[in-house]
Amino acid sequence: MAYHSFLLEPISCHAWNKDRTQIALCPNNHEVHIYKKDGSNWNKIHVLKEHNGQVTGIDWAPESNRIVTCGTDRNAYVWTLKGDVWKPTLVILRINRAARCVTWSPKENKFAVGSGSRLISVCYFEQENDWWVCKHIKKPIRSTILCLDWHPNNVLLAAGSCDFKCRIFSAYIKEVEEKPAPTAWGSKMPFGEVMFESTGTSGWVHGVCFSDSGNRVAWASHDSTVAVAEGGKTAVCTSLSSETLPLLCVTFITENSLVAAGHDCYPVLFVYDSNNAALSFGGKLDVPKQSAQKGMTARERFQNLDKKASVDSKEAVLESVHKNSISQISILNGGKAKCAKFCTTGMDGGMAIWDVKTLESAMKDLKIV
Amino acid sequence: MSKNTVSDRFRKVDIDEYDENKFVDEEDGGENQLGPDEGNLMGALQAVLKNPPINTKNQNVKDRAEGLVLKVLSSFKASDIEKAVQSLDKTGVDLLMKYIYKGFEKPTDNSSAILLQWHEKALSAGGVGSIVRVLTARKTV
Repeated sequence: MAYHSFLLEPISCHAWNKDRTQIALCPNNHEVHIYKKDGSNWNKIHVLKEHNGQVTGIDWAPESNRIVTCGTDRNAYVWTLKGDVWKPTLVILRINRAARCVTWSPKENKFAVGSGSRLISVCYFEQENDWWVCKHIKKPIRSTILCLDWHPNNVLLAAGSCDFKCRIFSAYIKEVEEKPAPTAWGSKMPFGEVMFESTGTSGWVHGVCFSDSGNRVAWASHDSTVAVAEGGKTAVCTSLSSETLPLLCVTFITENSLVAAGHDCYPVLFVYDSNNAALSFGGKLDVPKQSAQKGMTARERFQNLDKKASVDSKEAVLESVHKNSISQISILNGGKAKCAKFCTTGMDGGMAIWDVKTLESAMKDLKIV
Repeated sequence: MSKNTVSDRFRKVDIDEYDENKFVDEEDGGENQLGPDEGNLMGALQAVLKNPPINTKNQNVKDRAEGLVLKVLSSFKASDIEKAVQSLDKTGVDLLMKYIYKGFEKPTDNSSAILLQWHEKALSAGGVGSIVRVLTARKTV
């Protein structure tokens, strides 16, 4: 498991290229920096300057090698690599608030942008006019969209919003694709149709993720809960109230296991049992530091009691790898079906790469189903 | 001066009420609660945590419920608190936390000390997550 500290500022968002040698990230300002891995060092090879506001979302399409970025300046740019330079193309999103998140669809012919204008812009490229056109999904969204994830069929889109709900919409664009086959979430999918709306959890939905098959969707919400819903079967919702601070990002690593991370600065494993429709806590995924256990003298004990009103000598130092909240998780190898490595970035400006195999062997009773 | 600058009654209009995009929670009436029976403290705790007036907008119902819970919590001995908290399930612990924080809002003579003891035990059972749920709950007790 490797940890690399890129900057002192928080990393707002990041995206990897196809072979995982380059990472594009936003160092909490208006630019996007692209770093390339060189042995064990990371060298900054490109700086993408076009946004006038903080860049809130980056996604790198693996096959077509295009980067889409969105920012608080209400714009999105699609960057293509021409020779050795990244050239931006402005996409008019027709929103009047900041854009919050952006993702390419699995076939990379569309991307969706969630924004504070209470709508999702689904953008596709129109060949005749040689520009990107967007369509809006407005109803019944009541507040900012915080996170998005596409279903593998390229049509369904899960969106987590500040109106305390996670919904699955259809983002079917007839100009770029044929009618989709029926899925576990429904069969009629006109554009903007709500296929599923969550109930039961309250709190802003910070992170949402489809499983590899697309039949399950998981979301993490601000009331410290994680929930999983399964399509079909009258869309069962199971949620788990955790004992930790709210989680900010969640991803499936196999069809039954999720990894989530957030304000507690360490990733956590959850296991979903579909037979009992139960979600359970799998374990804390952090390499424990071997701290020297020194005995406490009576004087130290009394001092602690005097100063801090407690007998513990636990210092206020985080033992986890990340020293501040983790804001994004991305899968590096193996896809969502059998993830072998995943990467987390956070507000401490660092990026950690976690290896699932070493975690499984390091923590006893950690079972990734 | 023109006539329409005289009146400022328009400033008292709450324009958020007329905003068609305003977020409105669902609501319905809260159930009435029974009083605690003396002697059986564990039973009293379970009874008073049943049917919390979460959905009602009637402030009197909420105040009465809160008073009852406070009475039951104060009648526990300090050594029994931990056992009582263990007997609650997860939703019970969350609900207890909500009442504890509600009680903190209006401190009486020694209610804060008792509530702090309950808070410590409830925290070890529910973790920081239960406090986050108190803060983010849209329907308070």
